[in-house]
Amino acid sequence: MSHADGYSPKDPTSPGEPRRLTRDTPIRGPARPAPYLGAGILLAAAILIPLLPQLYSFDAPRLGGMPFFYWYQLLWVPISAILTSSAYWLVTREDRRRRAEARAGGPPRAGTGSAGSGFGGDRP
Amino acid sequence: MNARDINWTALIIVVLLFVVVAVMGFLAAKWRRSAEVEGLHSLDEWGLGGRGFGTWITWFLLGGDLYTAYTFVAVPAAMWATGAVSGFFAVPYTIVLYPIIFIIMSRLWSVSHRHGYVTSADFVGGRYGSRWLSLAVAVTGIVATMPYIALQLVGIKAVLTVLGLGSSGNVLLTDLPLILAFVVLAAYTYTSGLRAPAMIAVVKDLLIYLAVIVAVIYLPIKFGGWDSIFGAAQTKLGTVNPATGKPAGVFVPGEANYSAYWSLALGSAMALFMYPHSVTAVLASKARNTIRRNAAILPLYSLMLGFLALLGFVAIKAGTRPIDLDGSVNPQLVVPQLFLDHFPAWFAGIALAAIAIGALVPAAIMSIAAANMFTRNIYRDFIRPDVDPKTEAKVSKIVSLVVKVGALVFVIAMDQSAAINMQLLGGIWILQTFPAVVAGLYTRWFDRWALLAGWAVGITFGTVSAYNVVNPVTKAHFGGSVAPIPGTDFSVYIAVSAFVLNLVVAALLTLILRALKVRAGVDLTRPTDYAADETDPKVVQIDKTRHFTQPGGPSPVA
Repeated sequence: MSHADGYSPKDPTSPGEPRRLTRDTPIRGPARPAPYLGAGILLAAAILIPLLPQLYSFDAPRLGGMPFFYWYQLLWVPISAILTSSAYWLVTREDRRRRAEARAGGPPRAGTGSAGSGFGGDRP
Repeated sequence: MNARDINWTALIIVVLLFVVVAVMGFLAAKWRRSAEVEGLHSLDEWGLGGRGFGTWITWFLLGGDLYTAYTFVAVPAAMWATGAVSGFFAVPYTIVLYPIIFIIMSRLWSVSHRHGYVTSADFVGGRYGSRWLSLAVAVTGIVATMPYIALQLVGIKAVLTVLGLGSSGNVLLTDLPLILAFVVLAAYTYTSGLRAPAMIAVVKDLLIYLAVIVAVIYLPIKFGGWDSIFGAAQTKLGTVNPATGKPAGVFVPGEANYSAYWSLALGSAMALFMYPHSVTAVLASKARNTIRRNAAILPLYSLMLGFLALLGFVAIKAGTRPIDLDGSVNPQLVVPQLFLDHFPAWFAGIALAAIAIGALVPAAIMSIAAANMFTRNIYRDFIRPDVDPKTEAKVSKIVSLVVKVGALVFVIAMDQSAAINMQLLGGIWILQTFPAVVAGLYTRWFDRWALLAGWAVGITFGTVSAYNVVNPVTKAHFGGSVAPIPGTDFSVYIAVSAFVLNLVVAALLTLILRALKVRAGVDLTRPTDYAADETDPKVVQIDKTRHFTQPGGPSPVA
């Protein structure tokens, strides 16, 4: 649960080696545009389409006595949840890849993408 | 005078559930506490519940925080009184809300985790190096939150009224149950901090789901199906009001209402996560992705809210008569009255308790959030810069009490409509902090003084526009939150037009100030801060290691 990002906070530096951690140490590798573009389109659809009453402000067709205007918008609640979940899947997968890349040793000593246990008692 | 009889069964259930919740609130002080933290002696512990809530606790906490008692009371009331535009817009509002917070809130979480920020004003201060801009965000947050807390009391009051408590004979006696409920709430918020509402939110949400699911299945069967319910609503909302010569409400919005409908939904969605209480719940979560996962599962509450809104139409069909103590019609009583009229007293008790407890959770979180803002962005930044964490927690605890007393006085001493007007203004005001907070998450392009000027212009424009909206029947000011854009007849939510003006002013002034080479202020954040996760080190930790690795410093392996 706590590490849904899919990596464990293992300390990649060997013990005894001094840690060169600065504020600018990259914690993620470079991004690929495709997943962010895909997630952006999904989220834009989830934001824009429900804001266009031109598309749904009608009485007919009714569903079980409920005018289109009402059941269509209620239907958009799960649709929006699915769009957001898909965006989550895209972004998280890419994020995981980028963090793994940074840990695997990107530009100078990026092996500090995770805090490790050495930084003292934070809440797990 | 219209003295109601007390419904004893329902009242006893409400009181019992209230006592259960109060006990939980006090016990929550010991919940999820690590051994070394004694007595919640920091804002992270008292004000953010230890910054450790996982996905499900955050789901309940945010659900309890955003879908407040006032929502449960006011949305169906609006549907009952004026129909779709002022009521059902809550559904697209809570649909578009989650993609928006998916985008912006994980960045705010990351930078706050990295720097130990407790409020959004903390972030603005760190990003722009301007305590004045930070103060503007904090004051807006506190001022917008106060009437919001007051409205939670209005929600409790609606429940107490239909239960038959409080005859209008004696002022003190009328409000005694309300005062009692709030004193207990204040006490457990003081001792347990954010852990109390987090724990209570679970009970409250389960009760609300139970009540709404049962009502949405049972009531349409009882009243001949949705067909006849919508038929009754269409007839009532289409009836021409003799005072205005217009229909009483909107059943399905026509073209003239489109801009009001979408701008209310969009403006409210953008504003909601600028409120301190929403940010508090986000920052209390454990990881960067907790809020994103929640963006995918929180819509379940929106579905519930949608059906709850339709209960306003059910009440039209049922012929519910929401008569207040003084004999006037008060739409806010519609849903509590509906439950009391058509369910056995014990079940009505559960539903009413759910609404009343639904007021306690957000009221607690809001008072904590406002107190944190005062402590960090007014007390620390302007009064005692060297304040230690223990004192911060102490100040915050006391301010949370002050905030609650203020809200209580607001509701008891002033007219209920004052709280509603202030809440309307609060929504307009809080959206004016959006450019400083959200643009800051992505870019340092804007100048701090330009943002401050934009904020001031937005607030002034919004306040004046809202004042100029006159109710056609009562001729009172603050008659609504929708007004035409000046010079056009294109009606939009005032918060949105003020926001656009704010953004334009901020952008133009930024260009001017840049040309004049005004100093930009120190940015304490780095690009990496905006992607940090729970396992990435905090700034204080990095500074500590850097200290050890400085040339000539002590050995890193001590």
